[in-house]
Amino acid sequence: MSGNKTEVEKNYLNDQKGIKSWLLTLDHKRIGILYLYSIMFFFFIGGMSALLIRLELIRPQEVIVGADTYNQLFTLHGAIMIFLFIIPGIPAILGNFVLPLMIGAKDVAFPKLNLASWYVYIFGSLFAVYSLVTGAVDTGWTFYTPYSTSTDTSVVSMTLGAFILGFSSIFTGINFIVTIHKLRAPGMTWFKMPLFVWASYATAIIQVLATPVLGITLLLLIAERLLGIGIFDPAMGGDPVLYQHFFWFYSHPAVYIMILPGMGIISEVIAVFSKKKIFGYNAIAFSSLGIALVSFLVWGHHMFTSGQSEFAAMIFSFLTFLVGIPSGIKMFNWLATLYKGSITFETPMLYALSFMFLFAIGGFTGIMLGALSVDVHLHDTYFVVAHFHYVMMGGTVMAFLAGLHYWWPKIWGRTYNEFWARIAAFLIFVGFNVTFFSQFILGAKGMPRRYYTYLDQYQPLHAFSSVGAFVIGAGFFIMAFYLIHAMVRGKRIGRNPWGALTLEWTTTSPPSHHNFEEIPVVKNGPYDFDRIRVENDKWIYKEE
Amino acid sequence: MSIKAHHHITPLKTYLSVGVALMVLTIITVVVSFVHFGAFNLIIAMVIASIKAVLVALFFMHLLYDNKLFMAIFSISLIFVSVFIILTMFDTMQRDSIDEVKAKPIKKNAIIYDK
Repeated sequence: MSGNKTEVEKNYLNDQKGIKSWLLTLDHKRIGILYLYSIMFFFFIGGMSALLIRLELIRPQEVIVGADTYNQLFTLHGAIMIFLFIIPGIPAILGNFVLPLMIGAKDVAFPKLNLASWYVYIFGSLFAVYSLVTGAVDTGWTFYTPYSTSTDTSVVSMTLGAFILGFSSIFTGINFIVTIHKLRAPGMTWFKMPLFVWASYATAIIQVLATPVLGITLLLLIAERLLGIGIFDPAMGGDPVLYQHFFWFYSHPAVYIMILPGMGIISEVIAVFSKKKIFGYNAIAFSSLGIALVSFLVWGHHMFTSGQSEFAAMIFSFLTFLVGIPSGIKMFNWLATLYKGSITFETPMLYALSFMFLFAIGGFTGIMLGALSVDVHLHDTYFVVAHFHYVMMGGTVMAFLAGLHYWWPKIWGRTYNEFWARIAAFLIFVGFNVTFFSQFILGAKGMPRRYYTYLDQYQPLHAFSSVGAFVIGAGFFIMAFYLIHAMVRGKRIGRNPWGALTLEWTTTSPPSHHNFEEIPVVKNGPYDFDRIRVENDKWIYKEE
Repeated sequence: MSIKAHHHITPLKTYLSVGVALMVLTIITVVVSFVHFGAFNLIIAMVIASIKAVLVALFFMHLLYDNKLFMAIFSISLIFVSVFIILTMFDTMQRDSIDEVKAKPIKKNAIIYDK
């Protein structure tokens, strides 16, 4: 880890100064940072509302908020976490920052579109904030009809916000597809691309194909509320279940918009911290595309108890099991990569291993819920809540944290305190399991989700779950402190602190405005640890 | 994958032939609408309309001569729309196939029909 002074002096962070240079920047790295600040702000709000929900549920009677406020709180938590944090999170922050670096490009294909996507994100989030200030929304993040067409809360502004946010997502998707097709460095063939790039590519395809459907759905909902067109109203020949078809045709693929880039990060981190060539590169790459494809065929499993026909339910149940195949392929390939690797347990690896453990549980319970007969009983219980938190938080958020800790030294040129990072990782892992494993049991015992109060028999498990939530909260506060400290005062590091072989580690930390001193020419695969090792930022070929 | 800006000039004859084909198909649509085919009425009309749309896209909109990427994008969009509609129809068309209790035509008492 050699800190070269000249490298540190001129980089993307300090080559231009002033607020204007940030707000009008076309540099993908700076846009990534803008996204980092704004998305983390909403993550904080979503997280605080989660803590309030868990505090309220610590006993069946009122603790801090009334029932109506409680309904608004869980809608706030869901809508913010989904639309403002987890969907844009990995692509917009880490994807924006590292994707062009990983393929040896100077920037994304459309830098202005990239900046526009951030402004659209901010514009959409203002609508969301507006609807929170003007009486919140109490429909849940799914805005199901007929309740969403009849409640007095600010459904229109909230859905308009989500509609606008969709464009931000589409802009990013288009940008990544074109960038990956057109701007790869010489020598970087499709099968020499890092797996994070493959995962981002699959994600971008879903973003571009599925997000317009969400736009249509939310516009129809707004038209239904404002004009009473009746498409979802049985009294006028409409069908409320049709809303759910529309909604989940986007929102189930959106689940994979959330998890796929996370899986890309895990592929990077597992290989680098095992110092071993990734097992089954092609299988992992194609399973990303497989997941993207299958994701469009399974949406009806959200609707098994909605009045959907049994015939459709059977087909969707069968199709849902297919998702297990590409996901399983990834899990086994990561495990095989770990086998006989030189594994080290730095913080990114701790989160990657947490991901594998938690995502396995989330995935298996997903298969359980995909089984029609089981789902009829578990639908809308805490079992479902636990399942999707194991996938979304145990999966995506753990992967996001793995990526954040993995690339943090590259982003800032400074590293964080490893000791405190491990403490935080431990707290988050333990707190997470305390919070959500207890919810599997609650759900299996029949505790319905979204209820403000409950029978006394559920109280011990609810209280246990709430304690876990505050342990997670403590972990995140520690993380916030050491990461911010690292930005300002962290130890300076060289180009390649982890000994990785992908291109972003061949440039300075932090990178210069144009990323590379000269356009890199790719000769090796991204995980050729069998031939190359890195010492003090220098690549040493083993056969030499 | 390079997208070259090459300008294919379609012969006037092709345009006219496609135009005639569209006219003929329109006439067929009108004629067929007077014959009662039962459940096939809609299917026949949709098939003819789809053929017309394909002709317009291929020739008038130059999809046939343009970069194949555009063809791929267009086809993929159509496939996904079909997936959405077909799987949704598995629900809406089969609501009463197993559980008869649900088979109540919701339109009978609809307000819209009272007006």
